[in-house]
Amino acid sequence: MSGSSSVAAMKKVVQQLQLEAGFNCVKVSQAAADLKQFCLQNAQHDPLLTGASSSTNPFRPQKVCSFL
Amino acid sequence: MCDQTFLANVFGSCDKCFKQRALRPVFKKSQQLSYCSTCAEIMATEALHENETLASLKSEAENLKGKLEEERAKLHDVELHQVAERVEALGQFVMKTRRTLKGHGNKVLCMDWCKDKRRIVSSSQDGKVIVWDSFTTNKEHAVTMPCTWVMACAYAPSGCAIACGGLDNKCSVYPLTFDKNENMAAKKKSVAMHTNYLSACSFTNSDMQILTASGDGTCALWDVESGQLLQSFHGHGADVLCLDLAPSETGNTFVSGGCDKKAMVWDMRSGQCVQAFETHESDINSVRYYPSGDAFASGSDDATCRLYDLRADREVAIYSKESIIFGASSVDFSLSGRLLFAGYNDYTINVWDVLKGSRVSILFGHENRVSTLRVSPDGTAFCSGSWDHTLRVWA
Repeated sequence: MSGSSSVAAMKKVVQQLQLEAGFNCVKVSQAAADLKQFCLQNAQHDPLLTGASSSTNPFRPQKVCSFL
Repeated sequence: MCDQTFLANVFGSCDKCFKQRALRPVFKKSQQLSYCSTCAEIMATEALHENETLASLKSEAENLKGKLEEERAKLHDVELHQVAERVEALGQFVMKTRRTLKGHGNKVLCMDWCKDKRRIVSSSQDGKVIVWDSFTTNKEHAVTMPCTWVMACAYAPSGCAIACGGLDNKCSVYPLTFDKNENMAAKKKSVAMHTNYLSACSFTNSDMQILTASGDGTCALWDVESGQLLQSFHGHGADVLCLDLAPSETGNTFVSGGCDKKAMVWDMRSGQCVQAFETHESDINSVRYYPSGDAFASGSDDATCRLYDLRADREVAIYSKESIIFGASSVDFSLSGRLLFAGYNDYTINVWDVLKGSRVSILFGHENRVSTLRVSPDGTAFCSGSWDHTLRVWA
């Protein structure tokens, strides 16, 4: 029988929706282009993507050292 | 609203207006009060009014939702994978288990990397929290928590402390000491207190503040030194299972995911929810920001991972396959954001091409559910923890 609390809850929902409605959002094409741009720009610095060689990756097996 | 009203010959002071009147018993929120007839009538009309207000609010909410969807649909002019059509496809990936960390006596539930890119903290169902050197696989520290199911653990940015918690409803911070004579458990500091289990925790940019997520449906920001609650975040309709802080350049926000199928983005200073996304069909087990901070990925029990763009305010990609029917428990991006690693309950790890939406690799190795997965801070490897009691470092 808690009428007042469901009114309060609904008021919060409406307020939240009003907040979200005021949000200036960007077109998906723009947002997607930016994501793609970020990926491509940083691709060379991504060891898991480029498959960094064992000399730079501490986890990959090291080449055997030999004493000269 | 009155449940029942009896006419009784009681005379006294009304519980509402305090005037001396003939009273009748009235039930409000299952509590019995005595109102005079005037106040009883007012209460009846107030209730009617409340119902009207509730109805009008509901229709306003429906209107706003409809408007929002319309507006968002207008901006949905293209799909991410279409934009990425011209991008070169990724080649074959050779990723293998390079280290296996054995030592936990039960399911590994959570892990985190240290900023030094080599140390790892992991926690398990049996209450043990272990700090490992992933290069040598040696255990450097071990602590036994007073509770089982330590579902959350995190490394402090300085590398000098760890935080963990679970069924004890608390988040505790342990300073790491190399002194053999010191008992780590003795220096434990209880920081967060929730009313249900702790599901996730993370230090903010410093060792001084911790963000926690709990089964009680809230997230909270705490000061480590004093244990004081700095801000609380209410809005999830059910248990919050995961959280991730935005990369430092983008400011004071974090994203959380819960059993209410919602992912919510919060402003840490005001405690306000700034954006919410509800497209998953089941619990969201893991959320992780895209490296640029403009998007985040989520993994859910509905067997899909999804990418949400914050500036477009919508879901922009789904990573799923008909053959994948088990939930994704944990997700993380590679350094450039091109790869999404996701651990599943079918014991595998799938590697997705974030831009094209296709799966590039499937990694086998664990002998039970993959429960946690994190890419190392320098992106050279990623670590997965599983219910098979082990952690594996892949590169």
